[in-house]
Amino acid sequence: MKSRSPSSDLATLLDPSRVALLREKAEFVRLETLRLIQIAKVGHYSSVFSCAEIFATLYYDAMRLRRGEPQWPGRDRFLMGKGHAAVGLYPLLVDWGFFSKDILDGYTRLGNPLGDHPDMRKVPGIDFSSGSIGHALSGGLGMVLGGRATKQRFDVYVLLGDGEMQEGQVWEAALSAAHHKAGNLIAIVDRNGYQLDGQVNDIIGIEPLAGKWSAFGWQVHEVDGHDVAALSTLLRSIKTDTNRTQPVCVIARTSKGKGVSYMETEPGWHLGYLAPADEALAAEEIKRGGTSQ
Amino acid sequence: MNGPIDPNSWQYRQINARAPGLSYLSNALIELVEEGHPVVAGTADLQYSNGLVRFAQRFPERFTQFGISEQNMVSAAAGMATTGAMPFVATFASFLALLCCEQIRTDVAYSALPVRLIGHHAGISLGFYGTSHHATEDLAIMRSIADLTVVAPADGPQLAAAVRASVTHAQPIYFRIGRGQEPKVYDDGVDFKFGQAVVHAEGSELTMIACGSMVHPSREAFRTLRAAGKSVGLIDMHTIKPLDTNAILSAAAKSRVIMTIEEHNIVGGLGGAVAEVLAEAGSPARLVRHGIRDEYSLIAPPTHLYRHYQLDAAGIEAAIRETIG
Repeated sequence: MKSRSPSSDLATLLDPSRVALLREKAEFVRLETLRLIQIAKVGHYSSVFSCAEIFATLYYDAMRLRRGEPQWPGRDRFLMGKGHAAVGLYPLLVDWGFFSKDILDGYTRLGNPLGDHPDMRKVPGIDFSSGSIGHALSGGLGMVLGGRATKQRFDVYVLLGDGEMQEGQVWEAALSAAHHKAGNLIAIVDRNGYQLDGQVNDIIGIEPLAGKWSAFGWQVHEVDGHDVAALSTLLRSIKTDTNRTQPVCVIARTSKGKGVSYMETEPGWHLGYLAPADEALAAEEIKRGGTSQ
Repeated sequence: MNGPIDPNSWQYRQINARAPGLSYLSNALIELVEEGHPVVAGTADLQYSNGLVRFAQRFPERFTQFGISEQNMVSAAAGMATTGAMPFVATFASFLALLCCEQIRTDVAYSALPVRLIGHHAGISLGFYGTSHHATEDLAIMRSIADLTVVAPADGPQLAAAVRASVTHAQPIYFRIGRGQEPKVYDDGVDFKFGQAVVHAEGSELTMIACGSMVHPSREAFRTLRAAGKSVGLIDMHTIKPLDTNAILSAAAKSRVIMTIEEHNIVGGLGGAVAEVLAEAGSPARLVRHGIRDEYSLIAPPTHLYRHYQLDAAGIEAAIRETIG
């Protein structure tokens, strides 16, 4: 018998308006990413585009948050192993009232708190600094253990890149989290298939990925990472199961550059810059939709 | 959470019998929890080596056994600190400062989280375990990390005092400690203030500035030299960062020679830190850096190594006589 969490209302069926909202937020993430990278003149467009629906579903459906209160102790935590996608998260933090749009508009300019990788000391709403790939799952585990020792209850979501699976520390944390029964630790692997130097499977292959997490003692789910309804339904069911002692790994199958056709087919887009004319074309394509399902 | 603990095991008995200095760490942490501080602790398969097994027995729900995953432990400690807990995590200084350097820099210090890192068995105190287990670079590395306080207590009582003082210290801290067999320099309940050196004595010919395990043999050398009529001084520079520059410059104004004494490479550690202060101030005092001379130590039991590298009382005394005649 599963107990009902305080947010068990989340377990109700998704209504169409929620699905529409999540799609709209994913589109917002993509368009804002285009706009902000225009300021920096270089950035990780395609790394954000693969996880835009994951950001949207976490921040507008799965996570317990309070508008304007980035330090609310009862909030669910979010960490990013793939910190280079932070440019897509910052606009959502502004949307939640954690800091002002003026700050967002100064992205990467001298003295602005917002850089390519997120800094928890400078950016309200960032729960853990990142940038060096492989640390975040350990940080998330620490939050679970700290919450346990100080008798606080919250869920901890950690977004990991698939190239990140090559980092040894991820597997130290995986082993440790299962041993310590960190049931409220939820890792989401953005399985977009690419890293800086090429296809993950060509660089250092990571399959069978589900089998690895399962063998490390995690409950594993696979989902289409661009299908907001499927993502949301899955994350709600995970949240509702508050008796779980196994940590959870969600392998989200995604496309790098999702939403902009030439980024999806050209692997060199991990890091890049769109000239204004190309940016306009990309924005048009994103607005035409067909990106989020 | 931890596995079962057997108080009759040889490892457990060894802490009691051979490393009394280590009991100060656990005892201080236990006291802090009893006083209501949000202390939690963890180690990476070294609970007997650092004595944290005592803390684990007393507060199992506040102890995390990370197994052999030091980097995971340091990043997790940073995560714990974000929840309001005050984590003390301990492993050999060589693994903590070298293997986990980046986790310490990025997750702990850059994020300004109040994590307390305990690097034990520092220097060459692991003797014939060899270079992999020696930490003769840790002070140099740790003191180059911004916003990280670096402390090398001389003995158990000073360690306990530093741990106790840390509860009101907002910054993360790297504690460099020995193997728990260091003779006591101080009495229980000794005062401790981060960044404020303990000036044992002033001297006109030479002032020793020592830290950590070198304070006790330096004091022995000091006594012998004083008895022989030499005007030597002694400072315990327990905090390497922030450094007590006033104590250094004050000694340099009174002494012809400053000699730093550390169980560490003479490059970049206490000697390097003092050199920076003297050079920037334009001090006329001569500086002699006594320690490991930019080399990897030989294999031997620790006491043999201390004798070989002139890091015991007789060796320090000889080095001083060689300098001042």
